[in-house]
Parts: sequence; structure tokens; C-alpha cells
Amino acid sequence: MKEWRFWFAEQRGTLLAIGIFVVMFTIYLTNHPAIANSGYNVATLSNIAQTAANKGVLLAFVAMAQSLVVITAGIDLSVGMTFTLTNCLASWIVVGSPLQTAGGVLGVLAVGALCGAINGAIVIFGRLQPIVTTIATGAIYFGIALALRPFPGGSVNGDLADLLTGKIFDVFPASLVVLAGVVVVVWIPFSRSVTGRGAYAVGSSDLAAYMSGVPVRRAKFVAYTLSGLLASIGGLFLTFFTYTGEAALASGNTYTLFSIAAVVLGGVSLFGGKGSAIGAIFGALAFRTIGDLLFVFNFDPLWQPLFQGVVLMIAVSLGAFGLFRVRNRLEWFG
Amino acid sequence: MTEAARPVREAASRMPAFLRRVDPAVATAFGCIILLLLVGSLYSRNFLSPEYLLQQLKVASFLGVIATGMMLVILLGQIDLSVPWVVTTGAMMASFASSFGPWGVILGIPFGILCGVLLGLLNGVGVAYLRIPSMIITLATNAVAQGIMVVYSGGFSPKDTASPPMRYLATGFIIPALPNAVIVWAIVGGIAVFLLTRTTFGRAVYGIGNRERAAYLSGINTRRIVMLTFAMSGGLAAVGGVLLAGYASKAAQSMGDAYLLPSIAAVVLGGTSILGGRGSYLGTVAGVILITLLQSILSVMQMPESGRQIVYGVVIVGMMLLYGRERLVR
Amino acid sequence: MDEADPLFRMEGVSKRYGGVRALDGANLTVVPGRIHGILGENGAGKSTLIKIMAGVVAPDTGRMTLNGSEVFFASPAAANQAGIVCIFQELSLIPELSVADNICISDPPTRYGMIDRRAQRRMAEEALGRAGADDIHPLALVKDLPLSRRQMVEIAKALARQPRILILDEATSALTASDVTRVFTVLKRLRAEGLALLYISHRMHEIAELADECTVFRNGKNVATYQAGTKTDNEVVEMMIGREYSHIFPPKLAAVDGGKPVLEVRKLSWMDRLRDISLAVRPGEVIGLGGLDGQGQRELLLALFGVLRGCSGEILIDGKAVSIASPSFAKSDKIGMALIPEDRRTEGLMLPMTVRENLSFAALDRVSHGLVIDTAAESKLIDEVIQLLGIRTAGTGIPVGALSGGNQQKVVIAKWLMNQPRIILLNDPTRGIDVGTKQEIYQLLRKLAAAGAAILFYSTDYDELIGCCDRVLVLYDGAVKRELVGAEITERALIASALNIQGAEAGLQPAIGA
Repeated sequence: MKEWRFWFAEQRGTLLAIGIFVVMFTIYLTNHPAIANSGYNVATLSNIAQTAANKGVLLAFVAMAQSLVVITAGIDLSVGMTFTLTNCLASWIVVGSPLQTAGGVLGVLAVGALCGAINGAIVIFGRLQPIVTTIATGAIYFGIALALRPFPGGSVNGDLADLLTGKIFDVFPASLVVLAGVVVVVWIPFSRSVTGRGAYAVGSSDLAAYMSGVPVRRAKFVAYTLSGLLASIGGLFLTFFTYTGEAALASGNTYTLFSIAAVVLGGVSLFGGKGSAIGAIFGALAFRTIGDLLFVFNFDPLWQPLFQGVVLMIAVSLGAFGLFRVRNRLEWFG
Repeated sequence: MTEAARPVREAASRMPAFLRRVDPAVATAFGCIILLLLVGSLYSRNFLSPEYLLQQLKVASFLGVIATGMMLVILLGQIDLSVPWVVTTGAMMASFASSFGPWGVILGIPFGILCGVLLGLLNGVGVAYLRIPSMIITLATNAVAQGIMVVYSGGFSPKDTASPPMRYLATGFIIPALPNAVIVWAIVGGIAVFLLTRTTFGRAVYGIGNRERAAYLSGINTRRIVMLTFAMSGGLAAVGGVLLAGYASKAAQSMGDAYLLPSIAAVVLGGTSILGGRGSYLGTVAGVILITLLQSILSVMQMPESGRQIVYGVVIVGMMLLYGRERLVR
Repeated sequence: MDEADPLFRMEGVSKRYGGVRALDGANLTVVPGRIHGILGENGAGKSTLIKIMAGVVAPDTGRMTLNGSEVFFASPAAANQAGIVCIFQELSLIPELSVADNICISDPPTRYGMIDRRAQRRMAEEALGRAGADDIHPLALVKDLPLSRRQMVEIAKALARQPRILILDEATSALTASDVTRVFTVLKRLRAEGLALLYISHRMHEIAELADECTVFRNGKNVATYQAGTKTDNEVVEMMIGREYSHIFPPKLAAVDGGKPVLEVRKLSWMDRLRDISLAVRPGEVIGLGGLDGQGQRELLLALFGVLRGCSGEILIDGKAVSIASPSFAKSDKIGMALIPEDRRTEGLMLPMTVRENLSFAALDRVSHGLVIDTAAESKLIDEVIQLLGIRTAGTGIPVGALSGGNQQKVVIAKWLMNQPRIILLNDPTRGIDVGTKQEIYQLLRKLAAAGAAILFYSTDYDELIGCCDRVLVLYDGAVKRELVGAEITERALIASALNIQGAEAGLQPAIGA
């Protein structure tokens, strides 16, 4: 009985993110014009879910990638560029026969992982701060993306794209299924492994982790590499949705910054050591739903950025309420 | 008990004695500037001409003013990611206010700067009093500023053009041959140096960046100083926006985007520690000039944008590996 | 006495940090089934020695042999695998992870590559039981536990690794008396089981209780090894400091009668850590705060200095009630307070900044006109205060982190003296300081009191309380249990009131845990 208390306290951030998303999506759903027209039936609901999922999944993958780095008390300002780079690459090689396509997919994933690994290597062995490292590598990755696709273009294997952006059994959005699959296959084994716990340990206290014999370097390296991998899955999906590769600076930057917002909304602490990729996913989905809410309530799209900004501002300020309970002002300072 | 891992200049021990007094990061940065000038002159004879160099200095001034604000915030151990849209807000609001007749023209620039200061205060209150991590509150402020400007401009590029004073400030010449923008940067820089090295405010900033806890227990009103610093950063970003708008004769939607990462890079390349508490303004000047020269060399070489980005990134990593590494705790 | 073979031996080990020689050809022999006490001043090298043994730092020279064969540890993990486990004061627990996670942090039980949480929990419970800490829940997050519980988790974690050599580096400093008793029982049992134990402490009575043999370190060298009980305390201290030692404290002043108190506290309470504390300090008085660790002494000083929120009760300065809401108000001329904080490295100094910058940091408004600093006035004041305290530094422009611990503490005190405070609060000021500097600080406190300052200081050292204070308030559980005045301040009385035992004749042994 009392045991639940501990699990609850630990997962509080994630649960809060899930809660916020559920509330927002419910409001969205109940006010959706399609529901008004055709009522609550499986077809309509699954259509709405599919559209929402396809939009949200992109940010969800990038947010997952960011969360892995943030857990180790780092930050990745290149994640949007890895996303863009893999998108451009995919528009070249995820084409052709099934064998070629499969090879292309693996190639894209490998490149994503490599991007993450380079970040990790510079941070660990170069001993540079993550923020500075990833600013620089972000530029490099963007440059490569631009070299691959100076102009938007390319294509992607249509069958695969339709499969992964469509519906499974005509009900569940395939993109969500893939997202869930990635969580099960990548995140859960990682977070429960010794290396994964090591990543949390490093983020919580680098020094204590070292003194306790935690494999600090391995944990960080794996976290960064997996992060690149997850970003590349996002890039793949972007290609599936748009059928093109495009190296747009603004878009990449936006994904990076939004991923940080999603991660914070998802209960992952920027100081490291706390939070979960699942929370980041729901933070991303909630963030995306903000825009959808405006559409549904017929707000002038002109107001969307402001609305998004204000909601983000309120969301991050909520944490400040804990301050009122602080009785020893020294606790303000880490 | 081990000491906290603060970046230690490993290069310092390898330098001859007289140079050791100079911060090795700053020395390296200036060295690279000379190197870039030499490389540039290989590509184009004009590169070392005074007109071209002054032109570069003018372009550098825009980044320089913005980087000054960023440096102050980084010295505190924080970061300001709201630069893109605060720059744009400053530019747009200054242009907007200037359209209200003669009084508008006079008060336009101060109004634009005021908007920047207010946005900076929003950041400052969030970081100092609500203890929200600066990375995230400045992101939110950036989004809010963007939202306000989008609503204001109706989604299109604003029709307000830069006022004559703005244009004069950015492109005029009070002193023949010396661009006004450079003078603006020099004044801003001079004030920054004075604040940081000769005032109680500057000491407090360094102290807070080093150990806010100790600064607080020494009786410093740390929260107020943090708030003011962010306000200054916002104001300076707005000044940068005003100059940029003057240069281009109008404000534009994404004008600030290209200044966020370069301003952080310039500060860091100049030897300021991203963790706070250490750095000199001279280094930031070097970093700004370095980045500006690098960007212009790459364009003189007619390198495509892709190559430029890659070179830009490699240079930053390379230089940081020279003098930005953490000490190995063993 | 059985002749056990040495299990572990260090010979000629040296380690240098920049210009400082932490260890200089040090030796140590460790024998199983014995508890080996290690004594020495701070900076004598004991901590560095232990860190080398535990694989945290690498030695510059020397060799270590385990069971006769030479070994070298590249990391703490390697040392653990060799069976050497070290319990640090608090640095090796991960705050955001649970107790169970921390206990099994390296080499946890796994299933299919993932951590087996149930098996881990069982292991943790077992380890906690062996350490005598069954009251700690294995799923609790370490950051939510108070310091004493965290130290018990640290001990359980060490025991879970099945060590052959167990090192305790000041591992009991924050424990309650009953915890210490339990831990000592565990340690003695481990000794009987054949474990080799190294126990580092500056508390002579703990060493006296536990150790079979002792080694004294001074200036990075092993200066003496002897069987426990064969040397007097004074002899040991002399070996630690290398010269003759006498407990000389500066003479106290005759009691100042009739002066009005400059600082008065009435029924101060805060959360459940301070309960109805009342006290008064007159100018010229040195009041000590005694009692076991963690009874509210630190909180009281923080509350007076304006750091704590939500205090009830009254604080009066010169008879007038004031509300102190921040350190910047506390240090202002209206109040005139100074606080020498607990941890000089994280609360008292900015280590990378220069000596000069640190010294003037609390008195910036005295050396500036408006915003601008008057460097001439600053230098003058700084030179005066360096002179006054005898701070040994190679110049005011070097980082304060390069100074020795004692000199660093002097800088902290000097920093506050630049403000000429009337009320000086000190939070365990001589902790980790060499004996010579301690004496200087005692002289200084007496001088300041003679000049009219009111001094309130918390110390964990009985000798200090007895030697320096005119009155001592012993705290227990956040309330003043007893006030000892003048000749009443004796070690026995201090211990008795600290343990909350009624009556001065408790007939106790000098007790454990304080």
C-alpha cells in the first residue's frame, strides 16, 4: 500500500504530462468539427487520431531523443539538425526494391546513431560542455543536410510510407504503433538496464556516480547514441509524411527548441537524473495539441504562436509554486 | 574532498611566461583572427584593405552588441535563448513607433529598446524569483515575443520601415570612415567593461556565476542582480535589432534567428566559461570578430552554404578543444 | 596476539596536487581481523591515502601490494573488485535514485539484461539489516533522507559489496548516538569475522573505543604506528602537529554585568527544527551552542541571519524588535551581523576568484562610491585585515582556492570583519582546520569580544566550548536544554546535557557520538 507512494512520487512528472495531454486532447476531441458532423464512431475517431498522431509523432521522437541527453544532465541543441539530416538522407536512399529500402532505412538509422555518437564522443573524451558541443555539431549536421539537399526534393518508397503513416487494422494509427514499439524496444530495456540507470546516476551526480563505480563513460555514450537513433526515426517519419527531403534551418531549429519545451513539459528535469522519455512523448503530444485546440475553437491562426508561447510560459511557471513551500532560502541555490 | 570540476586552461601551462598573464583563450582567439586575415588575403587582395576591414567591423558590431548581453547572462551561469525574437521585437517596435510623426522618430529607438528590456525583465523575474531554469523560460519568452510580433505584423512582413535615425545609427558616419555602428558597439562595450571590472555590480555578477550560494550568504541581493542582468541582455538584443533594421532599412520576420547561436559561440570562443563566473569582455570582442571574419571569408571563397555551416561547426569544436576542456578529476 | 600476515601494504606512495605535496613517501600496513585507526590533521594526507587505496585518485609514485602481489587501481570499480571498499562521508550516493538502487549501484542482479528489481530490493534489505538500519525503506529516494540516514545507507552499500578491507573516512560525523552504537557493534562483528578495517576519525574517543592499532599521519608521511592505548591523548596530538602542544585558550574576561543585550531572541521557532528558543547575548560575550550534531544549532544561526522563512517568535537588536528577511539586511549597519558559514568551500568563498575579490565581497558598499569600486580604499582595507588575521598568501591576486584550509577560513572571517560587525555568528568555524590556525582564531575571537562584539558560535569540539565560551547553551531537539555558565562548562556537563540526561552526575563514560 505504502509502496505505491514511492512509485508515484518517482513518476510524478510523467503522470502529470500524461494527465495534461489527456485533458487537452479530450477537449480537442469533443469540439472537433468531424465529431460534430458524424458523431462518435470508430471511423471518425480513428481519422482524427491518425491526423493528430502523424503530426505529433515527429516531435515525440525528437523529444525522446532530447530526453535521453537531458537525463544525463546534458542538452542537445543539434537534435533538430540530426532530424533534418536523416530526413534528407532518407529522401535519397529509402527508395527502390524492398531490399534496397530496408538497406536505406538501416543506413538512415545508422547515420542518426553516428551523429549521436559523435556528440557523445566530443562531450566525453573532448570534455567539452554539451551546449557548446551541440551548437557546433548542429551546424555540421545541417551543413551535410544542405549538401545532400540544396533544394527540397527526392522521394521515398511509397508503400512503406503509406504503411507507416496509415492505420493498422483500419483503426490504430500506424505511427503511434511504431512509437509505442520504439518505447518498448529501445526505451524500456535501456532505462531498466545497468547502463540506463548509469545515465540517471551521471545526471544526478557525476562525481558520486564515478566514486560508486558506475560506468560513467559508457552510460553517457550510449545515451547520446540512442538519442541520435531516435532523432533519425523522427527524420524517417518526416520523409514518409512529406515524400521529400528538405534542409530548412528554421524547421530544424524549431524542432530543437520545441523538443526542449516538450521535455520540460514531460517532467524531465533539465538538471538531470529525473524523468522519463515517456513523459517527453506526452509533453510533445500535449505541445502539439495546443495548436490543434486553436483550430478547433476557430481561433485566428495568427494567434497560434502567441497562444503556444503563453501556454508554455504558464506551464513552466507552474513549477514555481513549489517555491512557496520552501522554508530555507538556501534551497533556492543548488 | 575533490574540488568542483571547473574548466582549467590546460593550454596555460604550455605557454611562455609573458603570455601566461594573458588569458590563453583570448590570445588564441586573436591568433586565429590573424590567421583568418592571412587566409582571406590569399583569396582576395581587398581583404586586408581598410575599407573592407571597417565594413567587417560594422557587420561585427551587430553581433557584438547582442553578444555583450549574452555574455553578461552567461557570466551568471545562465543562458538567454530569447535573443531571436527580442532582436526582432526591438527592430519592429522601433520602426513602428517611429511612424508616429516627429516625436515618434525621436522616441522610436528608445521605445524599441524598452520593449527589449521588458522582455528581458520577464526572463529575469522567471529566473531570479521563480527559479525557473533560464534555458526554458527564455525559450518561452522567445515564443511569446514571436507570438506578439506575428499578431502585430498580421503575418506579413511589416510595412514599417526603419526611421532615419535608425538608418543613420547603423550606416552613417559621424567620424569619417568609421561606421556609426562600430561606435555604438564601442560605447556599449566600454560600458560593459566598466561595469564588469570597476563596479560592485560586476563583482556580484562574477560572484553569482561562481557560487550563487556564497554570494547570497555574503549579503548580496542576488535575485535583483540576476533580474537586472537579464533586463540588460534583452535591452542589448533590442539595440542589435534596431541596428539591424537600420542596416536593412526595415525589420523582417526572421531577422533574429541568425544571431542566437553565433552570439553564444562568440562568447564561448572568447574564453568565457559557459558555466559562469569567468571571462573577459576582450575575449568576447575577439570571438565576435572571429566569427564575423569566418563567415565573410567563407562567402569570399564562394563556399556554398552547406560547406560554410560545416566549417563553422568544425572551427568551434576545434577551438574549444584547445582551451575549453574540463579538468580531468583523477 | 596472533601474527597475521599483512593483507595489504602501501610503500613509498606520493601524490602531489599542483604545488602541494599531499603524500610524501607514505607507508601503511593493513592486517585482517584488526581495526586500524588513522589519525592526523586535515591536510596531513589521510584522505588522499584513502582515495588512492580506493581507486579514486592515482598515486604519482609508490607501490601497493594486496596479498603479496602488486596492484594498481584505475578506478573505484577496480578497487571494489579487489575487495577494497571505502565509505566516504557523503559523496558517493546518487540523490535521485532509490536506496535500493544506490546499495546495488554497481553489479546489480540482472535478468535478461535488465535490472531485477525484486532481487535488488531483497539484497538492499539484507544489507540495511546488517548495517543496523532496518528503519530505512529501500524504495525511498536518497535525496529525501536526512544526512544521518544517508550515512547509514552508505554503510549498508559498502557492506553489500562483501569487502575484505573496509575503510571508513569520517563516516560517522552526522550519525545520532544510537546509530553510532549500532555501527560500532557491526564493525566489531566484522572484525571478528576477519575483515580488515581502517577507521579515520579526529574523534579520539571513537578511536579509543574501536582501534587495535593506530597510525598518525603528518605532512604526508606516516610518523608513528602504535598499539592502541599505549599513548596518551596529548602525545598523540603532539605527533599530529609535530610540536609541543598545550591546551591554551586565551583568558576569558570577567563577566560583564549590567550590560544590555545587543541580541535577544524570544521563543524562536521554525518548523519542527527550532522550538521556543530564547537567549540573550551582551556585547563582549562569547556564547557557545553545544549539543549533538543536528539538534538545531545550524538552523538557529541561519534563522538569525535571515535565511529561514516562516520563523515565529521575536528577535531584538538593542532591545528593538526586528524582522530579518535576508542576509543583506542582516549585514546592514542597522543590524550589523556576520555569519561565518558551515562549509567555506561552497558557502563562504568563491574559490576561483582572487583573494582580494573574496575579501571585499561582503563589504563592497564600504569600498565603493555608489556603484564604482574605489580600488585604493579597497586595497587599504584588505591589507589591514590580512595583517590583522595573519593570512598567509602569496598575494591578493591569486585564486583563493590555492590557499590552505586554515587560511581560507581566515579569509572568510576577514571578509566579514571588513564590515565591523557587532554580532558575529560562527557555524563550526574550526572544523577541518590545523591546530595552529585554530589557536589564532581563538585569540581573534577573544580580541573581538574584548572590543565589544557579541559572539555566538556553534562548535562540535568540547574543548573549544570549554575554552572559549563564557556561557554555553546546549540544544537538544531544537530547544535549549541547559545553560552552562562559567565554571559549570565541563566536558561531563556538556555530554550529559547533550544526551538529554537529567542531572549532572550521570556517571557516564565519555560518550560516543558527539
